[in-house]
Amino acid sequence: MAEFPFLEVNEAIRLYGGEDLNACMQCGLCASVCPWREVESPFFARQMIRMGQLGLEGYESDEVLFGCTTCGKCVINCPREVDIIGIMRAMRSMVSEAGIRPETLKAASGSCHANGNPWSGKREDRLAWAKGLNVPKYGPDTEYLLFVCCTSCYDQRSQNIARSLVKLLDAAGVSYGIIGQEESCCGESMRKSGDEELFQKLAQSNIALFNREGVKKIITTSPHCLKTFVSEYPELGGEYEVVHSSQLLAHLAAEGKLKLSGTDGRKVAFHDPCYLGRHSNVFSEPRELLQSAGAEVVPMAREEAFSLCCGGGGGRVWMETPQEQRFSVLRVREAAQAGAEVLATSCPYCISLLEDSRKTEGLDDSLEVLEVSELLARDLT
Amino acid sequence: MPNGDTQKFDSLVLGGGIAGLAAALDLADAGYRVAVVEQGATIGGKMIRLSKVFPTLDCASCITTSKMAAAAHHPNITLFTMCRLEEAQRVDGQVRARVAQMPRYVDPAKCIGCRQCEYECPVMVPDQEQGGFTARKAIYIPFSNAIPQLALIDREHCMMCGKCSQVCPTGAVDQLQVEQEFVIEADTMVLATGFELMTDFPARAYGNPGLGDNVISSLQMERLLAPHGPYMRALRPGDGKEPESIAFIQCAGSRDLQLGKPYCSRVCCMYAIKQAMLLSGALPLADLTIYYMDIRAFGKNYEQFYNNAKAMGVEFVKAKPIIAGNNQGGSVVLRYEDQEGGSGAKTREHDLVVLSLAMLPAFAPEEIVPVSSATDGFLKVPQPKLAPTLTDMEGVFTCGAAAGPKDIVDSIAEAGAAAMGAAKYLAARRGGQAA
Repeated sequence: MAEFPFLEVNEAIRLYGGEDLNACMQCGLCASVCPWREVESPFFARQMIRMGQLGLEGYESDEVLFGCTTCGKCVINCPREVDIIGIMRAMRSMVSEAGIRPETLKAASGSCHANGNPWSGKREDRLAWAKGLNVPKYGPDTEYLLFVCCTSCYDQRSQNIARSLVKLLDAAGVSYGIIGQEESCCGESMRKSGDEELFQKLAQSNIALFNREGVKKIITTSPHCLKTFVSEYPELGGEYEVVHSSQLLAHLAAEGKLKLSGTDGRKVAFHDPCYLGRHSNVFSEPRELLQSAGAEVVPMAREEAFSLCCGGGGGRVWMETPQEQRFSVLRVREAAQAGAEVLATSCPYCISLLEDSRKTEGLDDSLEVLEVSELLARDLT
Repeated sequence: MPNGDTQKFDSLVLGGGIAGLAAALDLADAGYRVAVVEQGATIGGKMIRLSKVFPTLDCASCITTSKMAAAAHHPNITLFTMCRLEEAQRVDGQVRARVAQMPRYVDPAKCIGCRQCEYECPVMVPDQEQGGFTARKAIYIPFSNAIPQLALIDREHCMMCGKCSQVCPTGAVDQLQVEQEFVIEADTMVLATGFELMTDFPARAYGNPGLGDNVISSLQMERLLAPHGPYMRALRPGDGKEPESIAFIQCAGSRDLQLGKPYCSRVCCMYAIKQAMLLSGALPLADLTIYYMDIRAFGKNYEQFYNNAKAMGVEFVKAKPIIAGNNQGGSVVLRYEDQEGGSGAKTREHDLVVLSLAMLPAFAPEEIVPVSSATDGFLKVPQPKLAPTLTDMEGVFTCGAAAGPKDIVDSIAEAGAAAMGAAKYLAARRGGQAA
């Protein structure tokens, strides 16, 4: 049976934020550079955009529409500079509104609505990570708000990232503080996975909170919070000076305020998180920090803008990916091939997925996965 | 040429490629005296370096040399090779051009082109005239049909051993030559500065760094197919193997906003088809694949040419592949989505991959000539429809790829139009008198 275009859908996608939909000329470079080409997958961005252009159905599955990790590799290559992630997001919001949404994402969204975090943790447990540490409260005289990613608030492995970071900030004498319970998820992944209404709710709640507290500067532990605070909050009335922890730490180390002993001495590969690298153009700072800690930074096969996504962006961190389709597996193998003893990165999602794949690949004894702050905290003088 | 000397002409043509030569010949045939200023050591431009031309499959050397020779022997044309335009302004109604004669380190009045020096020279340098695939000497004549047939020394690689001086029968080697500046005054000027291929494409490499030895540019493929090419047959440069499968990647840099090149380079579809056809003659058993976004066969007989290629078995695949790496045998691994077949992801290996690279302007007029360039970097023509060769400087015209990517047919047609524009301007200045 022939398929007929349904152009109202085309218009709807553009109204939902996929303004560039019709700028795509169908060259297919997005599908060629996509990390899904590394494994078996039915997701081809070009094909999905074509279906969107024509208003055809059949792309709404977990593997196709919700397959995209929003890693941005297609975006930096697209010859028409099409906002491919924007189109993806618009198509997801459209079908999400119709109730078509992966079950695990429904759970994450539901938890965000109820608890302000996607990990089904209680709001009052948001500061569990800081137990035993004397973490200052944000006040009128505090310079930086330390905004800890929900993942590092609730996930046990990830809590150590926040704990390490505050040690470093204390050592460098930074004026910082946390607000805690009233903070909500930044909403980045919720928006990318198509829950626009939830994003608006979370963002507005954070902006109202930050503005009431008089926040001017923010340190984020996650590049996802960084990206959404920098690019998406200002148009909702939230304008702050935002840095990722690796940027601030590199600055402090260069100024001599963060004193490291430089004795790490191990071979360390750095995995560029998509939202720190390709999305925010931060490439050198984490590497400089690793070097200051005395690590020997070994190059992996793919670095910086060529970095391979861990697979956790765009809501995928809550979705189940079969073992043989996990990018994080390929990534830990690459680190092992590069002769690294440590695979360092700078994003809580990457940490979760790489930790998991390190275990499934049987690299427990030979490869450690560390967030940059964790590696540095061990090297404090 | 003594320093500071001034020479007067009716017209100055900047660039000795096919467009510049065609314009110069038209003006010279009409009785005007023309100076052709060429930066390189020989005239002939990109065309003399091609194999055959589409869609007629004429031998490029055969049809270009006749134009080169005609210009060289024309009583009204003076060739200035290895000359760089420093500045051209209109002063007292005249185009006053300061030109730097770069040193050849060989006296052009004495050199007889016998190549004794070249045979004797012990230094081997990758020969860019042959795509870098073979070597030339540090003292050399660019190629066998170069005009003028004068040697020059590549001082970057010369080790000053003196062997060339010893064997030169006329004592032409002159290591003490220095750059000389002189002035050309003319009533009109034609800018025929042509194009270069994009050189920084590999830096982005569509996803994976490192393209490998068996990924070459389209102009390198021209040399592999040329009658006096580096190997005299089509071999791949990585290991000298006869390639069994050759792929072309179209729009490599062109029509790409990310690379700042939003325009179509116009000729790539046709030359890739031509190269594939020539390869099917040179390597009858080879598989030939052209990866394209869409085929732009815009000129007279071009669509027929495209259809002929399909009938000859050249495979056309609608996809924009990435170079995913090299396999152990040195072949290039391409990855793409099978759009037409609908079979999803495809990985294919080709022994040799040709990038149909974007054409870029070869000349930036800023601070040299007061003409504007357009946003794409090519020279601006304020009246592209009604006066496509007119620039925004009085009495200054342009033709060929200087004003935008163009094929040979259009370049020569424009050269005629630019020459006519210049001739009309000259006649008007002389009260309606022709030359």
